[in-house]
Amino acid sequence: MRILGAKAIVEALKREKVEVIFGIPGGATIPFYDALYDSDIRHILARHEQCAAHMADGYARVKGVPGVCTATSGPGATNLVTGIATAYMDSSPVIAITGQVPRSMIGKDAFQEADIVGIVTPITKYAFQITSASQIPDAIRTAFIIANTNRKGPVLIDIPKDVQLEEVDFDYSERIIIKGYVVRSGEPHPYSIKRALGLIMNAERPLIIAGGGVIASNASEELIKFSELILAPVVTTLMGKGAIPENHPLCLGMIGMHGRVEANKAVEEADVIIAIGTRFGDRTTGKLEEFAKNARIIHIDIDPAEIGKNVKVDVPIVADAKKALSVLYSKLIEVGYSKKESEWIKRVNYLKEYYAPNYEEKGEGLKPSKLMKILRNIIPGKSIITTGVGQNQMWAALHFKVLEPRTFITSGGLGAMGFGLPAAIGAKVAAPDRPVFDIDGDGSFLMTEQDLATAVSEAIPITVIILRNKALGMVRQWQCLFCNKRYAYTDLGNTPDFVKLAEAYGAEGIRVESYEEFETVIRRSLNAEMPVVIDIPISPDEKVLPMIPPGGSYKEVIWYG
Amino acid sequence: MVNDFHIISALVEDKPGVLFRVTSLIRRRNFNINTITVGATEKEGISRITLTMRGDEKTVEQLIKQLSKIPDVIKISEVKPEESVYRELAIIRVSAEDPLKRSDIINYVNVFRGRIVDVSKDSLTIEIIGRPTKINAFIEIIKGFGIIEMARTGIVALPRKLKTE
Ligand SMILES: Cc1ncc(C[n+]2csc(CCOP(=O)(O)OP(=O)(O)O)c2C)c(N)n1
Ligand SMILES: [Mg+2]
Repeated sequence: MRILGAKAIVEALKREKVEVIFGIPGGATIPFYDALYDSDIRHILARHEQCAAHMADGYARVKGVPGVCTATSGPGATNLVTGIATAYMDSSPVIAITGQVPRSMIGKDAFQEADIVGIVTPITKYAFQITSASQIPDAIRTAFIIANTNRKGPVLIDIPKDVQLEEVDFDYSERIIIKGYVVRSGEPHPYSIKRALGLIMNAERPLIIAGGGVIASNASEELIKFSELILAPVVTTLMGKGAIPENHPLCLGMIGMHGRVEANKAVEEADVIIAIGTRFGDRTTGKLEEFAKNARIIHIDIDPAEIGKNVKVDVPIVADAKKALSVLYSKLIEVGYSKKESEWIKRVNYLKEYYAPNYEEKGEGLKPSKLMKILRNIIPGKSIITTGVGQNQMWAALHFKVLEPRTFITSGGLGAMGFGLPAAIGAKVAAPDRPVFDIDGDGSFLMTEQDLATAVSEAIPITVIILRNKALGMVRQWQCLFCNKRYAYTDLGNTPDFVKLAEAYGAEGIRVESYEEFETVIRRSLNAEMPVVIDIPISPDEKVLPMIPPGGSYKEVIWYG
Repeated sequence: MVNDFHIISALVEDKPGVLFRVTSLIRRRNFNINTITVGATEKEGISRITLTMRGDEKTVEQLIKQLSKIPDVIKISEVKPEESVYRELAIIRVSAEDPLKRSDIINYVNVFRGRIVDVSKDSLTIEIIGRPTKINAFIEIIKGFGIIEMARTGIVALPRKLKTE
């Protein structure tokens, strides 16, 4: 089949079962778009390339398959950068296709030329430029393999315009060889398993830390079975939320800087920790010398470079979480090991009860935590939550109990404000039959708000909940706690009227000033056919608590602001 | 050689951008390397990158693990000095106006098995090959005569047997 390079890209994407592409066209991608126009791949026109990348990311995280975004050369490509960095930090398989100026002009500072491969190399698993149309099929295959195997992550393919216009004999082989890239089987090494079992079976106070890797490897079921067998409480990282239903009796919720105190305390008291698919980020561990200092640590991760990177590990298991957990489980069954009750569980339950009153709402005004709890009570378990970054994100993380994997989508590693709305759009495209809520901050929302236009044009009914504190709240909170209330430039002042703003876009805008109204509006939004924006005024003095000060340990926890 | 000195040898795809990916990663992750060399191998399409660094075992291990994640890096391992042949080349221009000193310099060059590769009215250009320690020692001695200019290649190494990870 002799076809244009542009057509070859589309054909290759079809072979990769791509159903949707998020993007914005431009001079350097006109041939590609022309070919795309004839295909049955859905194209969603974003209003900013950052959003196109976040949409692809949200789509990927919900669906568990690569998400594809595209942008033209130069400014289109550079606008993708934040989205790509977000996907990289959270190990999300995003494929970015960028146009590039024609080969003869590369390096000449041509109109709309940017060295996008150079720019994104540190924030991608792989980024490369195609230099002839004949490379297209293999390049796309390679990109998908790299993005979606081992530890997942974004890949960028840069395609000069004239390459898109060159003819190629299209031949798509499923098997291609990338010399330096080995797709791991993910099977754990028997020796590490043996050592891990030794620790687990002798543990008095075992604890599981579930990270995003558990979700990425679809290992929730295995995690639950394993934790129940060894009677280990489960704490999660921010990215691990949803790895185990948060109403499961063994689940203690999130650890870390804004983690639940009982969860952080359990980490401190545990004698054996099984950490799965977590990179021990600083927001998770706090002060490294104090972190889990009474525990031997078993670390299961698909990425060998994560082992020993931040935390010293006693037993490394380089493996896929799902495979490692099922091997551990069946070995324990084999030897007849199981635990029915333990002092440890009693202790952990005591901690839960002991701290429970601290999470109750006190004082005047709408409390974000209460809103989160109400939301959880009304919306179906399979609903998807995305978040902005800041207090809104941490209130959601602390108080919204996630019940299923791939339903809590947040910018964990990069903490990119503006993620919530486009990620919600991507999520809704991935799961049209499930309600999608973006729990957002006013500051975050304003960073990518223009993509409401996308949601309206494409009739993608997502609901945006704006916790409007008229402030860059999280920064303000730090200023309150650590800078003597010197609120340097965190007052958002004249935030727009979000109700009118929503209406201007053709979405529904509603202001909510009581819990009852909130409930009614949320219920109604479940059946909405167009995007809904809920504006909820809250006090700028509301804080996310508890909080461990940066670089501190759980002992320094702040409970009251 | 002090044992915080490490030689790392990588076989990589010989294509555009590979050296950039390697050095970009080294910079981004805040590793500090001393030398890096790239050159052909016996196989077409495959180059060898040799880099040296000072640091503890943990740092070296991290560097190797991180570099091995680059899809263009086919094979990478630490090369123990005692299990390998490694050499560096230095070209040194020394001032040599005084004929007496000139013969002194030539003597030293002979002792170190170097070669005079260029001669001018007032200088000698010396080529010396060896382990970095030898080159350092030579430089120490020759310094007194006045080094005008110098270029060193960084180390190339060949493991006696290349161990895989
Ligand atoms: C793109 C970007 N810029 C700046 C920051 C730093 N930052 C972290 S939280 C925050 C405040 C976020 O404000 P808002 O979205 O209103 O959320 P709130 O904390 O008020 O809930 C800022 C500015 C960031 N995380 N991302
Ligand atoms: Mg705010």
